[in-house]
Amino acid sequence: MTHAVGTATTRPGGPGDAPSGHYRFRGIARMEWVKLLSLRSVRWTALATAVITVGLGMLVLHVAVVRWGHMSRADQRIFDPVSNGFTGLALAQLAAAAIGVLAVTSEYSSGMIRATLAAAPGRVRLAAAKAVVLAAAVLVIGEVLAFVTFFASEAMLRAPVPRATLATPGALRAVVLAGAYLALIAVIGMGAGLIIRHSAAAITTLCVVILLLPALTLPFSASVQHATQKFLPEVIAENSLTAVKPIPYSLTPWAGLGMLMLYAAVVAGAGTWLLARRDA
Amino acid sequence: MIAVQGLTKRYGRTTAVDRLSFEVRPGQVTGFLGPNGAGKSTTMRVIMGLDAADGGRATIGGRAYQQLRWPLREVGAMLEARSFHPGRTGRSHLRALAASNDIPAARVEEVLDVVGLSAVAGRRAGTYSLGMAQRLGVAAALLGDPAVLLLDEPVNGLDPEGIRWIRGLLGGLAAQGRTVFVSSHLISEIAQAAGPLVVIGQGRLLAQTTVAELSRQAASLEDAFLDLTSASVSYPGRMS
Repeated sequence: MTHAVGTATTRPGGPGDAPSGHYRFRGIARMEWVKLLSLRSVRWTALATAVITVGLGMLVLHVAVVRWGHMSRADQRIFDPVSNGFTGLALAQLAAAAIGVLAVTSEYSSGMIRATLAAAPGRVRLAAAKAVVLAAAVLVIGEVLAFVTFFASEAMLRAPVPRATLATPGALRAVVLAGAYLALIAVIGMGAGLIIRHSAAAITTLCVVILLLPALTLPFSASVQHATQKFLPEVIAENSLTAVKPIPYSLTPWAGLGMLMLYAAVVAGAGTWLLARRDA
Repeated sequence: MIAVQGLTKRYGRTTAVDRLSFEVRPGQVTGFLGPNGAGKSTTMRVIMGLDAADGGRATIGGRAYQQLRWPLREVGAMLEARSFHPGRTGRSHLRALAASNDIPAARVEEVLDVVGLSAVAGRRAGTYSLGMAQRLGVAAALLGDPAVLLLDEPVNGLDPEGIRWIRGLLGGLAAQGRTVFVSSHLISEIAQAAGPLVVIGQGRLLAQTTVAELSRQAASLEDAFLDLTSASVSYPGRMS
């Protein structure tokens, strides 16, 4: 099976027949898009996460119906059917973070990074394209997931438990921000991947930040907790973004969103800076 | 044309490449020879802009890799065979790369055919043998129909038929007027395909010569190569 060289290896025009202009952001983004969608692991992670997130929301609100009679008046008053329906977000955020991390670290562990940088040597442009594609993909999946979770979990509620609809004040905002939260966490994951470059170490770091930091504030006084916890990503998701009943000592939804955007910009920016400066 | 001028690259205290200068011209396969650890891969990584030089510079057609307008259409490279994600199919891998430089998807099928991977292009690349991985690497290098090709140890993992195939392929590409730069630590692998040779050891240039010239210097090409590089090899048992 010796192949003829002269025929198929060269297109009309011969060597160096490149079009005018230069490679662009759009092409790099398309490359990243194909890369993201062509991995079975990404598709399965998204599917499994969606099933569990929706299922957990339904379960939690079902339990609320069952337990309603045993809850105190005070607990009934602060019961938030929207944020409780998004209990599964705690898991979905880890999946989003992992997808963001792996979008970078799998390139280093497999050697794909060599091919990627050969195709797109402009590293700032590459990181920007990766971030945009990742954020867009996770945002779309996240919004679909958020709306499905909302409707499926609210459907579990029965009187006398208050049920939220999209017309409930703050409910639409809560659902939209739940999806946006996942996109921002994915970008933070990408940034962590660029900084740390090893899958296990980067994912562990994010798990510590997302899941363990809230616990680390517990030994401190209430005033310290109140002053710090509201800035932690998961607390923002739970108490600011998806809550429709105000929770003391927490950021407003839009302040919380701004805070997360700041985190994403700082982490992804630091990662990009390192990508541009380090040997690949 | 590839031009390397006074190139120095250090990793910590180790100087991998030491004030290395040479040129690679179009129209012939140029061999890049040296014992293991001589700095061949490092030099290629710096040419490709993967690693930054500590001194000197490497250019392709007068420009640093980062300044190329259409990198894949100007330079095709295979630095290590496994430069792909094992979970992606061979075809998806090439499609992603093609998209980056606005290369039409039809070209993906062309290069798959050239390297003989069309039948397995829908399989995840992680299931490929080393020889098939090598062919996927060659396909990626050919994707943009580039005028300059860099291949690091392309013969590794290929069976005798594959070795003959790649020699023919590289010779044909050079005959079309392309610049073809191929590294190897075994002169026998390269002698039949290459004309000009760049020989390095311990990061320094030992000779910029040709296969014909080198073979005149000793009883065999291999002897001449070992004579040339013996001073720069410090580990024992190299002759075994």
